[in-house]
Order: sequence, then C-alpha cells, then structure tokens
Amino acid sequence: MNTHTHYEVAIIGAGMSGLAAGIRLAHFGKRVCIFERHNAVGGLNGFYSIGGRKFDVGLHALTNYVRPGVKGTPLGKLLRQLRIDRDEFALCEQKRSRIAFGPRGEISLAFTNDFSVFESEVAAKFPKQIEGFRRLVETVKTHDDVSLDAKPLSAREVVRQHVTDPLLEDMLFCPLMYYGSASERDMEFGQFVIMFKALFLEGFARPLEGVRVILRVLMEKYRAAGGERRMKCGVRQIVSDGHRANALILDDGSEVTADHVISSAGGPETAALIDSNTHFQIAPSLSRSDVPAQPAGRLSYTETITVLDRQPAELGWGDDTIVFFNDSERFVYERPEDAVDVRSGVVCIPNNFAYPEGQTLPEGLFRCTCLANYDRWAYLAEPDYQAEKQRWYASIAASAKRFLPPLTPADALERATIATDMFTPRTITKFTGHAAGAIYGSPVKNRQGRTALENVYLCGTDQGFLGIIGAMLSGISMANYHILQAGK
Amino acid sequence: MTKDQCKQVVLDIIADIAPDEDLSNLKPDVRLRDQLQLDSMDFLDIVMELRKRHGIEVPEADYMQLASLDSCAEYLTPKFTALGK
Repeated sequence: MNTHTHYEVAIIGAGMSGLAAGIRLAHFGKRVCIFERHNAVGGLNGFYSIGGRKFDVGLHALTNYVRPGVKGTPLGKLLRQLRIDRDEFALCEQKRSRIAFGPRGEISLAFTNDFSVFESEVAAKFPKQIEGFRRLVETVKTHDDVSLDAKPLSAREVVRQHVTDPLLEDMLFCPLMYYGSASERDMEFGQFVIMFKALFLEGFARPLEGVRVILRVLMEKYRAAGGERRMKCGVRQIVSDGHRANALILDDGSEVTADHVISSAGGPETAALIDSNTHFQIAPSLSRSDVPAQPAGRLSYTETITVLDRQPAELGWGDDTIVFFNDSERFVYERPEDAVDVRSGVVCIPNNFAYPEGQTLPEGLFRCTCLANYDRWAYLAEPDYQAEKQRWYASIAASAKRFLPPLTPADALERATIATDMFTPRTITKFTGHAAGAIYGSPVKNRQGRTALENVYLCGTDQGFLGIIGAMLSGISMANYHILQAGK
Repeated sequence: MTKDQCKQVVLDIIADIAPDEDLSNLKPDVRLRDQLQLDSMDFLDIVMELRKRHGIEVPEADYMQLASLDSCAEYLTPKFTALGK
C-alpha cells in the first residue's frame, strides 16, 4: 500500500489510453499514479470472468495491423513509443472478413489484410464503380489525417463524388461506422480516412488469448517503468480554483494532489468531475474558447456472446473472422427507437484467426454486436432487465445467423451452445462510467485535449483517435504534447 | 568524450527507440530523417532519452541541431564535455 499524496501526474482510468500515457510518463521519470474505479484494468477493452470462463469486452480484433517491416503506420508508432517488441503482442492475422448486405446477405464483399482482395471484390460485384472506388482510395491515401486544424468535411459527400451506387456507399460506411463512429448517419471525412486505413488498407489481428495479452504487456511496461496504480479507487471530484486543478477527491473521501491530471473518463464526464465543485460558485459553468462543448454520445451497443462446445468450423463457420451485416435497403447508423436494432450488426468469431499450428481457443465463440438505445435499458427494473436480455439475445442471434453459412440441422447452434452472456448499454455505463453507454464517446472530438482547467487534459476516445491502437496513441500524444514536450 | 563516442550515444538511443530500423549504413553527413523513418515523436524521444540517460538538456529551439549524426556530434560533444564526460 503506497502512501503518496502528491504526484507529478495523476491519470484517471486504467484503460488503454490511460495505461499508455502512464507508460510514457513513468518511463521518463515522472512520479505518476493511475486511479481506476473498477477492480480490473482495460476500461472499454477489458475482460471478465463468469463461471471460470474469461470473456473479452470490446475488442473483436485489433485494427491497424501491418506486417513486420511496414513503417510509418499507427501500430509501428505505438510499439516504438511504448518500447514494445511486436512479438510481445503475439498478433495473429484474421482469416477473412466480409461485408454482407441484403435480407440474406446476398451481396457480399470479402476482405483480408491484403487490400487487393477487397479491390478485386469491389471490381467483381460493382464493375461500374471500380474506377470511382480507386479514386476514393487515392483520396484516402493522400489525405492529411493528422492535421489538427483541418476543415471538417462530410465523408458521405466526399465518398459520393467517387462512388455513385448507394449500396456500395453503405457497404463501405458500415464497418467504418461500427468500429469507431460516435456520429450518427455520417462521419467527418478525417475520421473516415483513419478508419478506412485501419480496417481496409491495414487490417485485423488478435493475440490468441485476446485483449488480456495486450493489457498484460501494458501493465508490465508500466510497472517496470515505476508507475503506480490504485485500483477500486475512482476519482470523485476535481477540485479547482476555477483555473487549475488543486486536488482530486477519491471515492473513499481521501485527497491527493497532482501537478497535472490526464483524464480518460470522457469529455462530458470529465467536465462533470470539474463542475461538481464549481457549479454553485461560478455561473455559467467553466468554459474556454479553445475547449469544444462535448455533448454525450447517442450511440450505444449491445453484444451477445455464445460459447460453443466445438470449434465454429465444425458448424461450417470456419472461414469468417468478422462479418458486418445489414438486411435493409439502406444502412441506418443511428440510435434506434427500440431497445436494439437487429437489422444491422457485426459478427465476430474469435476462433477464426490464423493462430500458430497447434494453438486454438479451447471453446467456440460467436459474438454479435448491434446498435442499442441506452434509455430503453437504463431504467428497467432488474427482472424486466433480465427478461429483455433474454428476448433480445434470441432475436440478435437469429438476425446474425442469416449472414453466415446455413446450419444443418437448423438448430445446430442452439445444440452446441454451452453458455451465453450479453452486455447492454447499461453494463457499459456501470463498468466504465461512460455516459449513456457511449463506447465511442461524444460526436464532438477534442483533438488538443484541453479542458476548462489549464492542468487537466483529456485522453481516450473523446480526444478523437479511434480503435484500440488509436486509444493508446491518444494517451501517448497527450502525455507528449502537454507534459513531456512542454518540458513540464 | 570524442565526437565518435557522441555519435555512438545517439546511435544507441535510436537503436532502442526504433529497433526496426537498420542503422548499419548510416551516412553521418545526411539528415537522419532522410535515411530512416523517424517522425517528430521519435525526435522527441531522442531528446528525452538524452536527458534521462545523460542529463543533457536540448531546448526545443535547438532540435534542428540533431538533424544528422555529424550535427549531433557538433552540438552535443561540448555539452558532454561541460558535464565532465
């Protein structure tokens, strides 16, 4: 048990971004402590155990995967900045993923970590669109996606300049939105570029044991560099004089001080930690012209996890790693009216990565993610909540099955099922503290990471980098920019 | 410390922060950035490691002095000497 009450840097949250920021700062000799309310690290990309089984939350696949020797990409920057040898992550590549549209997935575009596969699929299924598609890819490759003051552009408008078939347009947007967009219906073009590169031009990979491997590596680096952490010890309040944070009040009521605070709690969530003590003294609430107002996100998700007594390949489901699906004429990416929107979603089969010979996951796993409405889940009484989970679990699985090879017998999935679980928007808020179950945070991002207080900075999803590689790079960039580079 | 030793100090740092780069045929008079894939984050790390390992401070205005191995040696050797190294 440590007894320090002052740190050079206090970090709120032990998710990917907070751990990455902590590693940078500890490596360069800062006295740093991470405060985490939950009893496990990982935040939105964690894991949990039920009945002796470990389940991943969040991570389907690590995006941005490139093979050794490919330089200048986010994965390479991350490994360098955190002094991680790429073998430590033990990444195994996806087999093949698909975008499947139509009531039974009639139109399907396959892609792998080799971009030419995707390009030839588009050429085969959309011959009239291939020239425009190639122009779009060139536009993506030459776009300056790191500029901090680029003018926001509608990605839909840019894509339509090149791709005129709405079906192909929707098929391109579906995976990019599901894997990182906090905005409904459209994306900012810069975000589209980042996601297009992360999913299509780079690719998917995963360690055999999933997110735990990545977290274990981060924790080990952080500990070795001398970083401290306090678990089950959240920050309840950021006490300020209106300009600077003076102290942090912890959940147990004790107080610590820090020269700098990096918060991964989210934009509106951090503003609430700051405002909670100034609210009654200063009106209107603290604001600065260089700090964007960040409304809570409207998009949340539910995920079902089905554990099977055999490998999915034995059911004929051995080829697909990830399937992005939509059964309707247009793809609708917005908060559903109902508790869940089962028309579209994402299937992940973690068994279907190219693991080394002789290595395999002990059980089959079948995961489905769909859009969900936080309000419809948040206020249910416990028995109703459990009943709704049951009901939606069945309807999500039934919807997703349409986009995978047909099973014989038709109830083969149910027969092979030995355990199930499901998380809802309510679960997300309960375990991560993110408002409204918004995994991707606010639709308004804050690239500079500034807050109303001059020594409090944001990192993580609301700072604006996407995916788990993006989350770690966010922590790294904010630690570099506000503390290390500034010589503070 | 000689200029050659000083270059070795910089090379050791680059080898640690960018282990995927081949440093065997670096030309000392050519910009590092033109021979290696190093971005501004990597240069920040060279500066940070100089401070951490050797107590050498490089103010932001002087970052361009680290452009090539030769210019590193010109700029850093007097700093090492001043520290009695």
